[in-house]
Amino acid sequence: MNHDKRHDLSQYALRLEGDNVPMVRFQNVTKKYGSLVVLDGLNLDVAEGEMVTIIGPSGSGKTTVLRMLMTLETIDSGVIYVDGEPLTHMEKNGRLVRANAAHLRLIRSKIGMCFQHFNLFPHMTALGNCVEGPMQVLGLSKQKAEERALELLDLVGMADKRDQHPSRLSGGQQQRVAIARALAMRPKVMLFDEVTSALDPEVISEVTSVIRGLVEQHNLTMLMVTHQIGFAREISDRICLFFDGKIEEQGSPEMLLNDPQNERTQQFLSAVLEAN
Amino acid sequence: MLDWKMDFTWEILPRLLLAAGNTVLAAGGGYAVAVVLGLVFALAQRTRSRTLTFIVRELVEFIRSTPLLLQIFFIFYVGPQFGLRLSPWAAGLIAIGLHYAAYLSEVYRGGIENVPKGQWEAAKAINLSTVATYRRIIIPQALPPALAGMGNYLVGIFKDTPMLSVIGVAELMHTANSIGAENFRYLEPYTIVGLIFLAISLPTAWLIRRFETALRRKMGLTK
Repeated sequence: MNHDKRHDLSQYALRLEGDNVPMVRFQNVTKKYGSLVVLDGLNLDVAEGEMVTIIGPSGSGKTTVLRMLMTLETIDSGVIYVDGEPLTHMEKNGRLVRANAAHLRLIRSKIGMCFQHFNLFPHMTALGNCVEGPMQVLGLSKQKAEERALELLDLVGMADKRDQHPSRLSGGQQQRVAIARALAMRPKVMLFDEVTSALDPEVISEVTSVIRGLVEQHNLTMLMVTHQIGFAREISDRICLFFDGKIEEQGSPEMLLNDPQNERTQQFLSAVLEAN
Repeated sequence: MLDWKMDFTWEILPRLLLAAGNTVLAAGGGYAVAVVLGLVFALAQRTRSRTLTFIVRELVEFIRSTPLLLQIFFIFYVGPQFGLRLSPWAAGLIAIGLHYAAYLSEVYRGGIENVPKGQWEAAKAINLSTVATYRRIIIPQALPPALAGMGNYLVGIFKDTPMLSVIGVAELMHTANSIGAENFRYLEPYTIVGLIFLAISLPTAWLIRRFETALRRKMGLTK
């Protein structure tokens, strides 16, 4: 909490300006749990419309990257920018200070997230899940919110299950509703946190084909954490390999997967590809 | 040798049934206070203010660790020294409401803590405000598991209303005592009081179980 005093924020821009402002920028971001350093001075830019996949062994901090961006975790130092504006901090009297709840809410509205365990609201139907945010947060009328929700449920192939509660849906179906729920908030950045890891193998393609469709048809910026190297290769613009809270190596899928430079990358990839 | 007098029974029954109305009123009123105040206690312990959390937690502990009878006496007889002059009814409802609010706050707290962390995160991911998160996501899910505990305390508050007789609230026990003293007969009034309590408690407990099941089904929480 008191890192602002120790940590000099004057080196960080109040906002990002110019021609090539990234949609997301992690600048020198560090995250610790007690003495355990989860992320160590992370620098990562994601361009608008770019699909970046994060892979790496468990405990390498890859999920933390998404959770920090969704503001589910605080950061210990550094600054995260979204769409040019600081997310973790805000401007006050020409200086950056730690963001308050109102600022977090404002910037967070640009980000949507899907979780490994879906986290649908069990007491609401598929449609209810998708209209909740638009009505409560964006102030849409019931009719407008339902129009939007149905369009998205249709997009993910779940329109016919609109009146079902999550307990009646399979994992793959729940995850598709969760994607529609996130999209209903019209985010600029979508985060997918191991969205297929809890699914039975035979339904994984239901979800991956929805994500593939988003990549092809929408100009969404996306960050994805996954263990499915094949899927990552197919849809990513860039793959980042995390090791011990740092990006060990990154590049286009072809570069990283076919011609890894780094020894640890080679070891990790051969282990994963063998398992697959 | 049991000496039950039927004509005496019929004579006192209307008076006792009327008093039963007062008992239900006291239990209902006290429970209404407890349901709302209990939620306030529970939510106050979840705010970011450590001082508020500490004060409310200690208050709840204090209320739970001292006898209800003492609390009733204290509010009614000591209250006036602090300028709090209350009728027996008002003092009784406040005492019993406050007492059960402390217990209900624990039931709520358990219910809220039972809601998976992922629900809070999903609410945050669609940017719901804190108030909307509680109102729309957390409390509706905390309610069904809390209902059993809430029902137990509804029956509990009902059974504790006789304590209000000590400050002169004309509920069942108070009326039965009066009848006994006036007629030097206690068998019939006390037996009838017991039966009336049974006749209300048992169906109430049953209805609450039914309600819990129906609510779960309506909310889609069961398959």
